[in-house]
Amino acid sequence: MSATHTEDHQQHPIGIYFKIWILLFVISTLSYMVDYLEFQGYLRWSLILIFMILKAGLIVSVFMHMMWERLALIYAILLPPLCLFVLIGLMSIEADYTFLMRFIYFDIS
Amino acid sequence: MNSSVQHDSPEQGLRGAVDDWSSDQDAFKKVPWGKAMMWIFLLSDTFIFTSFLTGYMTVRMSTTVDWPIPSEVFALTVFGVHVPLLLIALMTFILITSSGTMAMAVNYGYRRDRNKTFWLMMATCFCGVCFVGMQAIEWTKLIEEGVRPWTNPMGAAQFGASFFMITGFHGLHVSIGVIYLAIVAFKVRRGDYEKKGNYEIVEIAGLYWHFVDLVWVFIFALFYLW
Repeated sequence: MSATHTEDHQQHPIGIYFKIWILLFVISTLSYMVDYLEFQGYLRWSLILIFMILKAGLIVSVFMHMMWERLALIYAILLPPLCLFVLIGLMSIEADYTFLMRFIYFDIS
Repeated sequence: MNSSVQHDSPEQGLRGAVDDWSSDQDAFKKVPWGKAMMWIFLLSDTFIFTSFLTGYMTVRMSTTVDWPIPSEVFALTVFGVHVPLLLIALMTFILITSSGTMAMAVNYGYRRDRNKTFWLMMATCFCGVCFVGMQAIEWTKLIEEGVRPWTNPMGAAQFGASFFMITGFHGLHVSIGVIYLAIVAFKVRRGDYEKKGNYEIVEIAGLYWHFVDLVWVFIFALFYLW
């Protein structure tokens, strides 16, 4: 089992890691530029999220070899975190409510 | 081996539960157990860090006091030039570099090039130590400015709590990763894995390291840039 596995991995040329490395550098520079050029509002937030997802995708798929794994493992690892969006959604509703209560009842001057 | 016997007359009770869980079933074909287990650990760690980041989102959305502007808080003045977020950008590049060297170490491990694997892993460790060192500088700077987990002179008190909690937990992961990688690197150099010719352990250690980099991507975007 391990022998075939080893052979699978020897097939990736080292160059792909260099390319992804450079790509990650470029995307990081771009996301830094978002701050440096002081983009604001929805443009800023959407750019930050796009660059974040691109970087995360490259790291998981290439550096962590996810793109060469079998679908059983990919699903087992990548699907469960999706339920975290429920937590994020609930907590953002809760945070809005707390903010509203504080706004009404705190003495904000 | 005698799985047919087990299936014909399955045991009852606790014994049966143990038998069922330990029967020869293999969901992750061609994936060594160590790697599957590391992935499952990383999945649990994903939940931990997402909980932290969600907590940060909640306190930031619900505070009525102004949130400090991160690019101002973490700005540095170098040779009289005011550069926003400089230290954080450097930390990001260092961590990406360490991820790159680690990916190559895994590749050379599978090629059984022990020397290159060892030195690439050492380079990864060095980057990790630099990262933690820069984080220590950053913490010192903020603590000197009076930021504490319960208060913050620049605005919302929750900023301090989120900052120390999230970056502290991430820094702890980096520190543990450096120790872990150093141990594996020395075992590679000593030839511990030569007998079996199995360098999967390098890949498993690498998975942990890449995850630490992955978490930083989210912290960088959501805490420092937002």
